[in-house]
Amino acid sequence: MKQHARTALATLCLMSCIYACPRDARAEHPPASSIPGAMLIEPAALAAALKSTDRAKPLVLQVGFHVLFEEAHIAGAKYAGPAGEEAGLRALDLRVKNLPKDADIVIYCGCCPWSHCPNIAAAFDRLRSLGFTHVRALHLADNFGADWVDKGYPVASAR
Amino acid sequence: MKTVRARHSRRQTCGAVLLVLGLAALGARSARCAPAPLLDRPAPPFTRSDFAGKTLSLGDYRGKVVLLNFWATWCGPCVAEVPRFSGWQKRYAAAGLQVIGVSMDDDAAAVKRFLLRTPLAYPVVVGDARLGVLYGGVNGLPQSFLIDPQGRIVAHYIGEQNLARMRMQIEALLRRRPG
Repeated sequence: MKQHARTALATLCLMSCIYACPRDARAEHPPASSIPGAMLIEPAALAAALKSTDRAKPLVLQVGFHVLFEEAHIAGAKYAGPAGEEAGLRALDLRVKNLPKDADIVIYCGCCPWSHCPNIAAAFDRLRSLGFTHVRALHLADNFGADWVDKGYPVASAR
Repeated sequence: MKTVRARHSRRQTCGAVLLVLGLAALGARSARCAPAPLLDRPAPPFTRSDFAGKTLSLGDYRGKVVLLNFWATWCGPCVAEVPRFSGWQKRYAAAGLQVIGVSMDDDAAAVKRFLLRTPLAYPVVVGDARLGVLYGGVNGLPQSFLIDPQGRIVAHYIGEQNLARMRMQIEALLRRRPG
């Protein structure tokens, strides 16, 4: 019985440590696959929309890590912050604070393969919960480099 | 997504050509025709501080086979890879392998916490956008570069990799390393 109690206590301590630790790749985050397919936009479609002169362009927000934004980002995109972290969500809130709820917004990350992205679904969920009705997520299957930069779509650097 | 970029140069000796072709063949299943300006070129030199407080210069590792791994604590595939790289560092150190990690985290404190929980047998330096651009644009993780003893980049791995295949490529390079 004592052995069971010790094991339970050790397990509890371990779990407490894990959950108390700051977020990293092992932290829970909503999977990118939770974003409905109809709410996704493919890179070619966004590139065409940004190139178009006969209609309003969407607001493009990078919801990933600053070092990657600094290296290269979609031309015209604004930095919001990594939505997989609380600080990033707060930065996203501030970024969209004064926008109308029907603003045309495209969010993207591309830090790592889509299925592993810690930011994109968190940002999508946050914007929807704030009442934004026209939010789409850029589907970067592999990463920003492979699916946007290497395709020759317009990029800018913050360096 | 797995991508391995490897090319050969006309200037190389026959043996080197065979080696690089061998590396390409090992990774050919997922090869992509994207531009790879750094392949078969000297690895861009850099000097950075590591998380142990030491100064690290890539040039100090000339003569070794270097696996330069760009990673971050928020990157799931990276976090899965680095313990394996640490194992390789221990196993192949005597044969001349040196793994160098480059953290692309915005938050250095997160890396320190990670390294406390998961000690790595190789140095990890603080990366930044400048270093990423120097290596052709590290616009997504993980990414690794395999550098031969002459300091030349012979393979570029982008995304999740077949680590068994990567290890075979490293072993092939180590076997050719001058003693």
